[in-house]
Amino acid sequence: MASNAKRRYRTGNIIVAVLLLIGGIVMVAPLLWMISTSLKTREGVFALPPEWIPPIPQWDNYVRVWTAGPLLSGIKNSLIVSLSVTIVGSLTSTLAAFAFAKLRLPGKDFIFLFMLAGLMIPFPTLMIPQFVMFAGLGWVDTLLPLIVPGLFGNIMMIFFLRQYLGSVPDSLIEAAKIDGAGYLRIFGSVVLPLIRPAIAAQFILWFMAVWNDYLAPLIYLNTPERQTLQVVIANFNANYAIQTDYPLIMAASVIALIPVFVIFLAFQRQIIESVALTGTKG
Amino acid sequence: MSATTAPAAPAARAATASPPSPPPKRKSKLYRREHLVAAAFIALPLVGFLTFAIGPFLYSIYASFTNWNMLSSPTWIGLANYRQAFGDPYFRTSLFNTFFYMIGIPIGLALSLTLALAMNRRMPGQSFFRAIYYVPVVSSLAAVSILWQWAYNGDFGLVNQALELIGVDGPNWLMNVSTVKPALIIMAIWKGLGYSMLLYLAALQSVPRSLYEAAELDGASSMKRFWHITLPMVQPVTFFLVVTNIIAGSQIFTEINIMTPTGGPEFSSASVVWYIWRQAFSNLQMGYASAMAVLLGILVFLITAFQFWLNARNAHEGVD
Repeated sequence: MASNAKRRYRTGNIIVAVLLLIGGIVMVAPLLWMISTSLKTREGVFALPPEWIPPIPQWDNYVRVWTAGPLLSGIKNSLIVSLSVTIVGSLTSTLAAFAFAKLRLPGKDFIFLFMLAGLMIPFPTLMIPQFVMFAGLGWVDTLLPLIVPGLFGNIMMIFFLRQYLGSVPDSLIEAAKIDGAGYLRIFGSVVLPLIRPAIAAQFILWFMAVWNDYLAPLIYLNTPERQTLQVVIANFNANYAIQTDYPLIMAASVIALIPVFVIFLAFQRQIIESVALTGTKG
Repeated sequence: MSATTAPAAPAARAATASPPSPPPKRKSKLYRREHLVAAAFIALPLVGFLTFAIGPFLYSIYASFTNWNMLSSPTWIGLANYRQAFGDPYFRTSLFNTFFYMIGIPIGLALSLTLALAMNRRMPGQSFFRAIYYVPVVSSLAAVSILWQWAYNGDFGLVNQALELIGVDGPNWLMNVSTVKPALIIMAIWKGLGYSMLLYLAALQSVPRSLYEAAELDGASSMKRFWHITLPMVQPVTFFLVVTNIIAGSQIFTEINIMTPTGGPEFSSASVVWYIWRQAFSNLQMGYASAMAVLLGILVFLITAFQFWLNARNAHEGVD
């Protein structure tokens, strides 16, 4: 009887695995097809029946793409924005989360809720005054409007780190205080090591979000050489579709996806674990 | 909201332990220093929040009552922008389209819960599948939109070629009024599936097995177990996903702008944010765009508040 149930479970496993595999193929097929297209000739794209593996892979497309548009400056700009925002912003957010979770300050819970409620304001409602404000500062067509707001921290990150800090016993911090440690030292030597995994996960998620951002860079950046990668590839798409140069468009898009794929592969476990937590703690 | 203010007990005990009668002045001085440090630590995010969210938000409300093209300063025109918005067929269509896209939310959630249920078993390859389904989530929406625009190509796109295998002659998806919205919905489901699935899977894994075992002993069918155990147990995740999906869905822009740069055939794919963006940054109708942006903000707030109310009511009924 028991072995019967076990066998049934195993058969169930096989059926589920087959279904998941079919679903998985549907999930990755568009991405594989993008890579396949990027290695075709301009005419090969229109071959019927379609070729999944181009007869002669056109690696040259990946050489051509760098001179076909400001791809390199796009990568550079995206790196500048994403790294400066996430590095400085993570520090700001972590300090704030520490204060919100562990330090005494009258009214801090009210301030926190107030900021959390602000998350409900959609960005489109803010973008016009923000644009006018940055235009007044002469920052349009620079990366500053994309960088500066992020330096002040990220409320979502503060929220999750504050939750995470809830599991750090207060006694640890009080003990350090009695030992005469200053607050920055308590932060650096007690709090930081304990929540480093949470910070890393939030950092990665934030980096990917900034890297993938499209609307704000689209509003602020006009000069092609000053645009971030996502805007650059969107322009590639608009310009080269007219010439039906789909392999070039796909090559640019593949290049834009590579950094996040590498990050995802490298930190898959941290990303998946910390995202899984958002639902249960949110 | 589990982590509320830390009780002051340990510090108080420490303070009473050292001197026989603690002078209250010293204690308040100690706290004042802590207050200062805490205030310094939260100052930057708070200033950023006031400067980049609250300030612009208030200014948006003001600008929505003005005629303003950025070249001259705004002039007060009262409710004229709002009146214009309600009479504007483009705005109404874009609102309709934005809501239409949300049909994808329940479909996506049902699919991802099914997937999560399928994966929630002791079997090899679970983490592999989890990763595969998560790949579209980390992909940039711009790149994904470019890819799907090509995949929806009527003659040579992947979608129609796949349909041909089963003998269906697919339409020219993005050029057709009746298919452009479903096409965008399918893409959004594909992109978001892995995220919802991951959250559901985490929730399912935290459901105590004993609940199912007890129900099984009571002779509850698997359908009944699903309705009375699984669904209520994942309810918080469903709530979280519905709220975040609606907030995100009301702001749908990137895929619209990349895949249908003119707002689609007969304006059939344009979303509210796309229309606001066009009015503001192409036509410089800043006042009018602000009014529509404020309406969008109000709408998002009302829907979210309604969700919270619904959730609270359901939770209450659950207790009864």
